[in-house]
Amino acid sequence: MTSHAPSRTTGTARPAVPGTAGRGRRWPGALSLSGAGLVALPLSVALAVTVGAADLSIGDMFRSVAAHLGLPVAALPPLQDAIVWELRLPRVLLAALVGGGLAVCGAVLQALTRNPLADPYLLGISSGASTGAVAILILGLGSAATLTVGAFAGSVAAFCCVLALAGAGMASPVRVVLAGVAVSQLFGAVTSLIVIWAGDAHSTRSVTFWLLGSLASATWSGAALCAAAAGIALAVCWAAAPALDAFAFGREAAESMGVSPVRTQLTLLIVTALSTSALVAASGAIGFVGLIVPHAVRFLAGSRHRVLLPACALYGAIFLLWADTAARALFAPREIPVGVLTALIGVPAFAAVMRRRSTAR
Amino acid sequence: MSLDAHDITWSANGAPIIDGITVSLPQGRLTGLLGPNGSGKSTLLRLLAGLLRPRAGTVLLDGRRLGELPRREVARRLAVVAQETSTDIDMTVTDVVMLGRIPHRTGLARVSGDGPRDVLEAEKALARCGLEGWGDRRWSTLSGGERQRVNIARALAQRPTELLLDEPTNHLDIHHQLDLLRMLADAPTTVVASLHDLNLAAQYCDHLLLMEAGRLVASGPPAEVLTEQWLERVYRVRATVTLSPDGRPHLRYTSLDDPSPAFTSGDGR
Repeated sequence: MTSHAPSRTTGTARPAVPGTAGRGRRWPGALSLSGAGLVALPLSVALAVTVGAADLSIGDMFRSVAAHLGLPVAALPPLQDAIVWELRLPRVLLAALVGGGLAVCGAVLQALTRNPLADPYLLGISSGASTGAVAILILGLGSAATLTVGAFAGSVAAFCCVLALAGAGMASPVRVVLAGVAVSQLFGAVTSLIVIWAGDAHSTRSVTFWLLGSLASATWSGAALCAAAAGIALAVCWAAAPALDAFAFGREAAESMGVSPVRTQLTLLIVTALSTSALVAASGAIGFVGLIVPHAVRFLAGSRHRVLLPACALYGAIFLLWADTAARALFAPREIPVGVLTALIGVPAFAAVMRRRSTAR
Repeated sequence: MSLDAHDITWSANGAPIIDGITVSLPQGRLTGLLGPNGSGKSTLLRLLAGLLRPRAGTVLLDGRRLGELPRREVARRLAVVAQETSTDIDMTVTDVVMLGRIPHRTGLARVSGDGPRDVLEAEKALARCGLEGWGDRRWSTLSGGERQRVNIARALAQRPTELLLDEPTNHLDIHHQLDLLRMLADAPTTVVASLHDLNLAAQYCDHLLLMEAGRLVASGPPAEVLTEQWLERVYRVRATVTLSPDGRPHLRYTSLDDPSPAFTSGDGR
C-alpha cells in the first residue's frame, strides 16, 4: 500500500485514466510470442526433417512433398523419397501434433483442477490410455481408430481412479498428484504385464513404447488422427477460454461469474481425455510436455487462456518436435525414447513449479 | 430490480444452518448483515447469490426464481465477493478484474481481445477501489488487503445491480475499511455486506439484518437493531449505545463475563 498520497475512493466513478487497465503490458509480448511460434514451427518441421543418418536438404524435402502433392517437379530417388515421405515427415509432424495436443491438455487440466502440477501424464490419464490401447492390441483389434477407442476407455478409467482417490472435488493438489502417481504406476504395471504376457505375437510395440513413448513408428494415418484430436481439443478448449479463466478462483467463483462449473468441467475433461487417448495411442505415454510447456508459456504470455492455449499448441509442438529430433540424433545410430528426454527436462521443471508454489504462499 | 428471499432454509448433515429466513433487500441501499460467528451469514449470502439452492423456500431476483434463471443472466445482475479468494495462477490485476466482464461478453467477444467497453469498466472499477494504475501488478505480489480490493473491483466490473460481499473489510486497514464502506454506501447498487465491526455497520449502513443461529432476529435501521437488548442476547456483550448527532448509534461494549470498571462506572450500576 502506498502511504504517501492517500488514495481516495469515491462513489461516483471518476473518469478513468486510459491505458491503466485493459491491455496489460504483456499484450504485445503475447502477440509477438505467438507470431514467433507461427514462424518457428514450419521452420522447425523443415529443419528437423533434414536431421538424420541420410543426408537430405530442405530442398530435397520440398521436392518430395511437392512430388507427392502432384506438383510438376523432378521426384527424388525412391529411397530418399521414402525416407522423407514415409519416415521423417510423418514422424516430425506426429511429434509436433502430440506435443501441441499434450500442452493444450495440460494447460486445460491445470485450470480445471486448479492444480499447477496437473498434466495428462502425472494424472495417470496417459498411463490409462496406454493400458487401454495395449488391451485392444492383445484382442487383435488394433487399428489407429480402435486403438484410440481402447485408449479412451483406459484413460477414463484411470481418471476415475484418480478422482476416487483424490476426492471428486480435487480440492487438495497434493492428494491429486499422489493419486495420479499411484494410478499411473498401477496402469503402467498392467500395461507391462499385458505386453510381456502376450509376447510379440500380437503386439509389435514394446513396453518401452507404451511407458516412455516413442514417435519412431509414426504413420500418416496416426498423424492424421492426432491432428484431428489436437485440433478438436484446441478448438473446444479455446472456445471455453473465458470459462477456464474464471476457474482461477475456484468453482464457486466461476459460477458467480456466469460459468456453469459442472458442464464446463465435464465437457473439457472428456475432450482432454479423448484427445490424450488419441495422442497416446499413436505415441505412447510421453510425460511432462503438458506440464513444462504451459508453465513456460504462461510465464511469457500471461495466464489468459485465449492467448495461452494457442501459444501452448505452438510451443508444445516445437518442444516435442525438437525433443524427438534430439532423441533420435544425439546418440545415433542408437535412439533414446523421447519420454526419457522429456522427463530429464520435465522433472527439474516440476521441482521449480513446486518451489515457486511453496514460496508464493 | 429486487432481490428477496421467502422462507428459505438450508441444512448441512441434518443440522439447520438457515432456518426460515424471509428478507427483502432495500434497493440501492447498503445493508449490513450482522451476527456472531456461525450464525449463518455466509450461507445466507451464498443462498441469496444462487450459489446454494435453498432446501425450501425461494430466492427471487425481480420476482423470478433465481434457480431458474440462466447463470450468465444472473451474473450480469448479481456479483459476489467471497470471503476467501486464492489462486495458484499468477495473474495480473487486470486479468482478475477482467474476469468480471465474462458474463457481459457474448458470441465472438468471448474469445476476442478485451473490447473498449470492457477496458473502460475495468478502469472504472479499479478507480472506485483506489487502484488506478494497478493493472499490471501481479496477484502473487499483493497483500491480503490489496487482493481483497482487487476482488471487489472485479465484482464492480460485473456492473451488478445487486452486490453481495462476505466480510469485505477483512484484511483491510482502517483507512481502506472506511473508504470501502463509503464507496459501497454511495453506490447506486443494492449492496449486502456481512460485517463484524458493529460501529462501522452503524456508521455506514442504511439497513441492518441481525442473525442468530440461522434465523433473522432483527432488521431495520441501525438505531433499531443495535440496541443494548439485542446485543446482549445475540452477541452476549453488555453495551452502551449513544446516538451520534446524525442519529446513528455508537457502541461501547464489554463481555458479559468481564465486569470492566470503566464500563460499570459509566452507567452507575
